[in-house]
Amino acid sequence: MGQSNRALYEQVILEHNRKPRNFHAMEDADRRIEGHNPLCGDHFTLYLKLDGDVIADISFEGRGCAIAKSSASLMTTLLKGKTVREAEDLFVQFHRMVTAKPDAPIDEKAVGKLAVFSGVREFPIRIKCATLSWHALLSALRGTHSSVTTE
Amino acid sequence: MRAVREMSSGIPSNATSIFDVAALRRDFPILQTTVHGKPLVYLDNAATSQKPQAVLDALARYYAETNANVHRGLYQLSEASTRAYDAARHKVRDFIRARLKCEIIFTRGTTEGINLVAQTYGRQHVKAGDEILITHMEHHSNIVPWQVLCEEKGARLRVAPITDTGELDVQAFQRMLTGRTKLVAVTYVSNALGSVNPVKELIGMAHARGVPVLVDGAQAVPHLAIDVLELGCDFFVFSGHKVFGPTGIGVLYGRAELLEEMPPYQTGGDMILSVRFDKTIFNSLPHKFEAGTPDIAGAIGLGAAIDYLNHVGMDRIAAHEAELLQYGTEVLHSIDGVRILGNAAHKASVLSFVMDAAHPHDIGQMLDGEGIAIRAGHHCAQPLMERFDVPATARASLAFYNTREELDALGKALERVHEVFG
Ligand SMILES: Cc1ncc(COP(=O)(O)O)c(C=O)c1O
Repeated sequence: MGQSNRALYEQVILEHNRKPRNFHAMEDADRRIEGHNPLCGDHFTLYLKLDGDVIADISFEGRGCAIAKSSASLMTTLLKGKTVREAEDLFVQFHRMVTAKPDAPIDEKAVGKLAVFSGVREFPIRIKCATLSWHALLSALRGTHSSVTTE
Repeated sequence: MRAVREMSSGIPSNATSIFDVAALRRDFPILQTTVHGKPLVYLDNAATSQKPQAVLDALARYYAETNANVHRGLYQLSEASTRAYDAARHKVRDFIRARLKCEIIFTRGTTEGINLVAQTYGRQHVKAGDEILITHMEHHSNIVPWQVLCEEKGARLRVAPITDTGELDVQAFQRMLTGRTKLVAVTYVSNALGSVNPVKELIGMAHARGVPVLVDGAQAVPHLAIDVLELGCDFFVFSGHKVFGPTGIGVLYGRAELLEEMPPYQTGGDMILSVRFDKTIFNSLPHKFEAGTPDIAGAIGLGAAIDYLNHVGMDRIAAHEAELLQYGTEVLHSIDGVRILGNAAHKASVLSFVMDAAHPHDIGQMLDGEGIAIRAGHHCAQPLMERFDVPATARASLAFYNTREELDALGKALERVHEVFG
């Protein structure tokens, strides 16, 4: 595979794509939101259980490309037990990283495990894939919409 | 008649000799380039085709030597430009074997041709309670214009089903032709599956009920010799950029009797005979449907593409592509977890597929790393994707300049995808 594809498809991404975590519906979710990317036909449903302003449980299901799926999967593993504020802050850092220029330094401390998605910087068209589940999450936390789309 | 045309279109005397792909490839500058350090393997011909040097030269020569507006100046340049534009129309007429030059309307492309017919013929003839019949394998551009027309008129859009192999259900199509059907719009070749529809048979069925037929020829013209008289279609549309010509130019063929009765689509300069503030008299065909300065260079470029295709020979193209399609199908079948969508008995060289392990976008991305360009997505045929319950497919669409070696490269890259994602 090409040099830049090797950077995009990090082992962690491939592994989450193969075996996504928290990949199931949640019967007793407090919030449920759909995320679509009409251009790709990607479609995920995100489920949330909140305890005050803490994310007590989070899961997702649906289908999409490896970047979208692994991003959703990794997101669920990182956010369980986090506050709404912490989730929002992490998204800001993540968004900053994936939309930066390909040679920009990565703030490993700020993005943590999400650094595996830094390869996306070289493929602006895949930013939507990487951020789809995050946009759905923010919308669910704010409780404003029942679905979000990338378009 | 036909023999004379072939002589004048310059088929070389060695027309029956071996199809020399390597030599033909040298006519296409872009096929000599590399992507990520690898030779470009261009397998997205259904989206748009590459251009031979002859077309690039015709465009450059037109602008360098002949550029002037058409039908306007009395000076020599304008006459030369008008003649060249007219010659392009002549070439198109011969290429699709139409009867009259005035039946060839230059458009921006297939999409504009379909919209033209919907907004003129359609608005004139379709009334509340009427039906327009299309198929489940249409491109969005042969769905939405009819949908909008039906909404406006209170008419009904009916969709003939397809089978699991991706073939039109011809019996169902025939049953859906009713006393209410006012128009049939059907694709000749499916862009997403490659299925070739029996359009001649369908046209016969529609005509038996007095229903006119528009054929979307966008994906047929690059692969098959077209004869609109033999097909018997009332309208035939295609895009220049998919037949090795420039973007921005396309063709609407319509039977003169129908075009004569249709109101203009756009109005303005060139499409009028005389304008007074109390009354304007429209120009004759084809000018009635070509308001404003046309894409003169585009038409000339399309003419050059047609000359080039005549030189290569549509029959030889079809034969080479049939062989490639068969080989490509075998290559895909040999890879674990690949499923081909569209297994019609009669197919053009389109290979639409999905893989168990990888999403079409990941396939497309991985192939790009190898210099291989395919399309991944819904191919502007979302209802078709839904029919097969997939969000998208990966599609390798072949042209006459593709080779077995390129299909081997595709196979090798897909094996790698299977390894990485499986
Ligand atoms: C079957 C078919 N119809 C119509 C179109 C639209 O052509 P254009 O975008 O050139 O107008 C396409 C092109 O993708 C096509 O494949």
